[in-house]
Amino acid sequence: MGEFDFTVWGPSLPFIRDGLLFTLRLTLIAMTGGIVLGTLLALARLSPIAPLSWLAGAYVDTMRSIPLVMVILWFFLVIPFLTGTPVGAETSAIITFTAFEAAYFCEIMRSGIQSVPRGQVWAAQALGLTQAQAMIHVVLPQALRNMLPVLLTQTIVLFQDTSLVYAIGAKDLLKAADVVGKNYNRPVEMIVLSALIYFAICFSLSLAVRQLQKRVAIVR
Amino acid sequence: MIEIRNLAKAYGATPVLKGCSTSVAKGEVVVVCGPSGSGKSTLIKCVNGLEAFQGGSVSVDGISVGDPKTDLPRLRARVGMVFQHFELFPHMSVRQNLALAQLKVLGRDAAEADARATKLLERVGLAAHADKFPGQLSGGQQQRVAIARALAMDPICMLFDEPTSALDPEMIGEVLDVMVELAHEGMTMMVVTHEMGFARKVAHRVIFMDQGEIVEDAPAAQFFEAPASERAKTFLARILHH
Repeated sequence: MGEFDFTVWGPSLPFIRDGLLFTLRLTLIAMTGGIVLGTLLALARLSPIAPLSWLAGAYVDTMRSIPLVMVILWFFLVIPFLTGTPVGAETSAIITFTAFEAAYFCEIMRSGIQSVPRGQVWAAQALGLTQAQAMIHVVLPQALRNMLPVLLTQTIVLFQDTSLVYAIGAKDLLKAADVVGKNYNRPVEMIVLSALIYFAICFSLSLAVRQLQKRVAIVR
Repeated sequence: MIEIRNLAKAYGATPVLKGCSTSVAKGEVVVVCGPSGSGKSTLIKCVNGLEAFQGGSVSVDGISVGDPKTDLPRLRARVGMVFQHFELFPHMSVRQNLALAQLKVLGRDAAEADARATKLLERVGLAAHADKFPGQLSGGQQQRVAIARALAMDPICMLFDEPTSALDPEMIGEVLDVMVELAHEGMTMMVVTHEMGFARKVAHRVIFMDQGEIVEDAPAAQFFEAPASERAKTFLARILHH
């Protein structure tokens, strides 16, 4: 065991930057896609059409009952099998995370929609808005606003979970740190660096969410 | 204008409305009162189809509310409604609250909708608050905005579901003033309320409900001076003597 040599951090930065950029891209796409898909799933779950509601419920329950790392591996193996062409680890990761996070965002949006008082829907309908218009202009904006802190907290979890794409070799922050660590034979230093980056980003996001929660509390 | 025939509704096995019949003529102001749980709020929500019903019929301006072929949103756009808890949209400014349905339902353009909104806000004395959000207004102000929002659709009649019940006593007057003015202008109004002063002042008829039935349906003066039923007498004695 030699001493720690943190000089390896210097030459590693371009690789770390590329890895971090992919991690951020994956997080943002999965968050946006997950919220959109999750909202549609939530509408389906709350729909009076029984088969639709059942199907959405089954999807959500399935996703939430399987460890994420297995879903990542499974999609990576199954998507090429279904489409006939191999997709890269990065594309596979983006699809997987969007599909997986949609299940969690669905549950958040569902309680968000249910948190909007029934009187709001009545008022919208009494003005002549259709059910769809009432949902789009009155219920969803309020649901989104009520759930903003929870949605962001889930996004922080998502950001951390993206490190699991390591399992399929996608070049994210952790993978970049791992590769550099192996090349320079300084794995511990590189793991420390990536951990610090994860920590700095998550911690500042958490602080931001706490501020936001205070503001939302005042608005109500 | 509003025709209600043998209206029946139940939540599961519990009947809420047991064959109610009445009508409101054009230009008429009808007050609906009765103890809580008597079905009066449910009755008024059946008029614009916010509550579904199982038996009987409701029609507004000759259009059947219960008919599945009726374009309910289109009918509701012509029937203004004011709720107990105001139900302004909290994520929109006062101006946007008044504009939303004008734009999305009536297809007015933004300038036209805004002009109509400004005019009605002036009328309820709140023009200075147009860019505030509902949360920044008092209850009385919110309810006046809600009335303006309903009027912005140029309704053929107005429904009020306990419009002053959620207000602090000192704010009830400002809302009732707007309603009295509306009544004097000849607006057709159906008003669920316990404000007997309002009823005496502007109501043409008073409907008294108890346990899902219309017990009394009489000209206002007659109802207050000589209520026919024991139940109405007890009710009046209870709410007027304190």
